[in-house]
This record gives sequence, structure tokens and C-alpha cells, in this order.
Amino acid sequence: MNSAPSLTPSAPLPPETKTGTPTPAGRASTLIAAQFETQAAVRQGSAWTNIQAIAGVVIKELYRRKDFYVLFILTALITLALGSARFFGEDGSVRYLKEICLLLIWIAGLVIAITTTARQIPAERENRTIFPLLAKPVTRQHLVLGKFFGCWLACGLALLVFYFFFGVISAVREHDWSPGAYFQILTLHWFLLGIIVAMTLLGSIVFAAPSSNSTITLLVAVGILLLGRHLNTLALQLAAPAQQIVYAIYFTIPHLELFDVRDLVIHNLGTIPWLIWCGALGYAAAYSAIFLGAACLLFRRKALN
Amino acid sequence: MEAILKIENLRVEYRSREIGQGVKQAVKGLNLAVYPGEVFGFLGPNGAGKTTTMNVLLGFVNATAGAAYLFGVDVRKPIARQRIGYLPELTYYYKFLSAEEILRFYGKIFRIPAAQLDERIDSILKLVELEHARQRPIRTYSKGMQQRVGLAQALINNPDLLVLDEPTSGLDPIGRMKVRQIIQRLKSEGKTVFFSSHELGEVETICDRVAILNQGELKAEGRVDDLVRHYQCANLEQVFLKIIDYEQAA
Repeated sequence: MNSAPSLTPSAPLPPETKTGTPTPAGRASTLIAAQFETQAAVRQGSAWTNIQAIAGVVIKELYRRKDFYVLFILTALITLALGSARFFGEDGSVRYLKEICLLLIWIAGLVIAITTTARQIPAERENRTIFPLLAKPVTRQHLVLGKFFGCWLACGLALLVFYFFFGVISAVREHDWSPGAYFQILTLHWFLLGIIVAMTLLGSIVFAAPSSNSTITLLVAVGILLLGRHLNTLALQLAAPAQQIVYAIYFTIPHLELFDVRDLVIHNLGTIPWLIWCGALGYAAAYSAIFLGAACLLFRRKALN
Repeated sequence: MEAILKIENLRVEYRSREIGQGVKQAVKGLNLAVYPGEVFGFLGPNGAGKTTTMNVLLGFVNATAGAAYLFGVDVRKPIARQRIGYLPELTYYYKFLSAEEILRFYGKIFRIPAAQLDERIDSILKLVELEHARQRPIRTYSKGMQQRVGLAQALINNPDLLVLDEPTSGLDPIGRMKVRQIIQRLKSEGKTVFFSSHELGEVETICDRVAILNQGELKAEGRVDDLVRHYQCANLEQVFLKIIDYEQAA
């Protein structure tokens, strides 16, 4: 141990992180003054750096986990196998297969998004990795946003691979490939998963157990996807106050079914107007921001011990 | 001289989970100041409020009343933690990362430029004697090695203040000696160290001043030899026991 080098780095660090000189007694006031001077700069600059760093760890964790690969490879293989199957070259059966493949991609996307996100913050707390992290100049908001971007990016990468497989197989089979439609279906799907990831993060702060959070979020997401569009027609058949309640739910929930444009690819319908596509992405971004804001607010005052 | 760490009338209350127990006071009106260059021992039996106080200092728990400052900045502001290093009592790190990756991650958070970060990681891994295992995932480390990863991450920003929560807890005698040597080295470099420990012998050896906490209240504070003289004891352990025994008898 005695041969260990000094901790003083050989080159000075930039002003906002200057930690090169050991603090002799009596220099505290200088330190305090220097801190206040750099306070604003550090706050602005480090927020995105922190979020990026945390997101990077999330992605690293995912590609080092075996269960992620199992789901990933399984879905890719099934997509590949189904896409390659031949049913006498009939158009109807090809469409049917495309529908099954896309459904599979949707289910895999949902499962990856929810299971990956649900354990992020509870695992940080359970493994106590959150303590050394929050003892750094990292706010809880940075943590929530870092986890969000990490999980969302990981979902994006998974979708990219799934759709790539699917697209290649479809193009080979049909000799007709619309890059615009594929781009729209992929981006809308990815932004939909953004809402799901944000919703799951909020759930992970409300519910202690990742399993209950996963189950509830999955039920809510599937419920909205299947029933969301029918809520207003259901409300018409009800009497007050049930009608108002159903209407309130209809206008409050994020309408995930709006992002389901699988038919564009299944029936080769071409693209949707790009303005509507932009609007849908904005809608997803707004709902993700609402869920993330709520997660940050709830997590801000939570005692960690 | 300005205090690097200052606690003023700190009070922390928890709502008890047991029915009818009401509110539990973990820390009761604590006042404390730690000055630059000091090694300060924060002592007390289990449940005395040491970890709760540290949790307030690090922003994990909000104080019910009172205030705490690091470098004159309110601990609730993240910037207050820019120049500190923290080693938790139970060190767990991302097990899928290696020691080098952990240090790179924390170094990025402190915005240490890449070239300097490489040098810094090299020197810290040498200091904590983990150079040989730098690429191995942390899940393959022994407990002592994990504790040294904890120390390494606490030192990545070359902090002016180190907050160590029972740094030698659960370590074998060699591990304890290594951690103690690192603290002594930091002391010789003029770092301020604020640490809690149950190893009173080692506290006596390395601390300039100590504070003894019991049931959330500060019972004694001062230089080790002054306390020993004041309580007419042979060593710090006897002082500690005298204070705690006295409290229990009362």
C-alpha cells in the first residue's frame, strides 16, 4: 500500500471540476466562493451528461443480460421462420403471416419495454446502487430521465432489429417494399413504447414490487390498445354519472391504439400523411412528458433508506 | 475558519410503521461542524442516528427541521455534492460492470475529461490495489475487493470531503488495515474525512476529533485525548462505553 501513488492528478481539471489540489486548512471559503461561481454552469452542463451516463449503464446492463437475448433471438427467429413460410403463394396467407409477425413484434416490444423498465428503480433501491449514485451531483430527476432514455433507446434498438428482419423477409417475398411505411410504423411503435416506458417508470415509483408494476402496466396498456377506441361509444350507452366517468377516462388516457398502423404494411396501404405522423409523435412526447413529470414529482420527496 | 460540513439543529422524524407507535425521532437537534483537513469520527451504537444524519447530508432523507451545509451550500442542492466522496456502509455496485467501467461512469458524472479520467482511474485502482482485476465484472469480486471499489468510486473526483459510513464493516483484518491505510494517506494529503465506525481502536488512531451520538442526541464531542481526560478513562472505547452505559442506566 505504501507504494501507491498520490491521488493528485498530473494535469489540472477544468474549473467546474477542479479537484486537483488537496484542501489545506483555511481554504474552505475559497472553495465555497468557487462553487457558487460555477454552480449555474455545472447545473446546466451536467444534467444532460448525467442523463446520458445513466442511460448508458441501462443499455450496458441490457445487452449483458441473458433473458433479454432469449426474448430477442426467439422473436427474431419466429419472425424469420414465419416470414419464410410458403402457403402456395396466396396473397391472403402472406398478409396473414405478416399480421402474425407484426403482432409478435408488438408483444415482444411491450414485454421488453415493461419488464426492462419496471425493475430499473426498484433494483437501484434494492441493490443500494442508488446511494453512491445520488451522493454525486445527480438529482433524482436525472436518474428518472436517464432510466427513461436508456430503456427507450434499448426498445428502439430492439425494434430496429425486429423490423429489419421483418422488412427483409417481406421485401424478398413480395418484391414490393415501402420504406416510408416501414419508417412510419417503426417510429410510431417506438414512440408508443416511449409512453409505455414512462408509464412503467411512474408505476415503479408508486408500486414497490416490479412484478406488480409490470402486471398492472401490461394490463393497462393492453386494455387501452383493445378498448380505448370504444370507450366513447360505451359512454353514449350509459347514464350519468357513469357516462361522465367513462368520458373522463376516454379523454384522459393516452390512446395507444392511435399508434397501431400495422395495416399500412400488412395491406400495403402506403404512408399516412406526414403531418398526422408528426402530430402522433407530438402526442406521444406530450404523454411521455406528463408521466415522467409525475414520476419525478413523486420520486423527489421519497425518503431513501 | 469556515466549516466544510455544518449541521444546525438537525431533527429527523420518521412515521413509525407499527400501529400506535406514532412518530420516531431519529435525530434530535444535532449541531456539528467539521473543519478542513480534519478526520472526524462519528460514533454511536446501532440506531443512534449516524446513518440517518449521513443520509440527510447526502440528500437521501429530508430533515424534519434544521439545516445542513456542505462547503456552505445547503445539502438539498445537488451542487453541494460536487466535491465530496461517499462510501456507503453496504457497498453494492452494478455487478455487470467492471471496476474500471464503474469509475468511468462516475467520472463522466463529474465531467472529468476523458484523458484525465484514464490517468485518474489508473492511479485510484493502484491505490486501492485493484489494478489486476480492473476488467473483471464486480460480481466476481470478494467483499473486501467490493469495499475497495467503493473507496475508489468515492475518490474518483479527488474530493475535498470524504463521507464514509462504517468503511471497515464486515472486512477481515487485512481488508480493515488496507482501508485504514488509505484513510491515513488521505489525511496526510489534507483531505477532510467524516466517518462513522464501530472500530473504536482505529477511530482513536486516525481521528482528530470525534462526536458520540446516542438515541439521536449528541452526547460528547471533541478531541480524542480531551475526551479521554475529561471522562477519566484509559481510551476512547472506555469513554464510549461510559457515555452509553450512563445513558442506559438513566
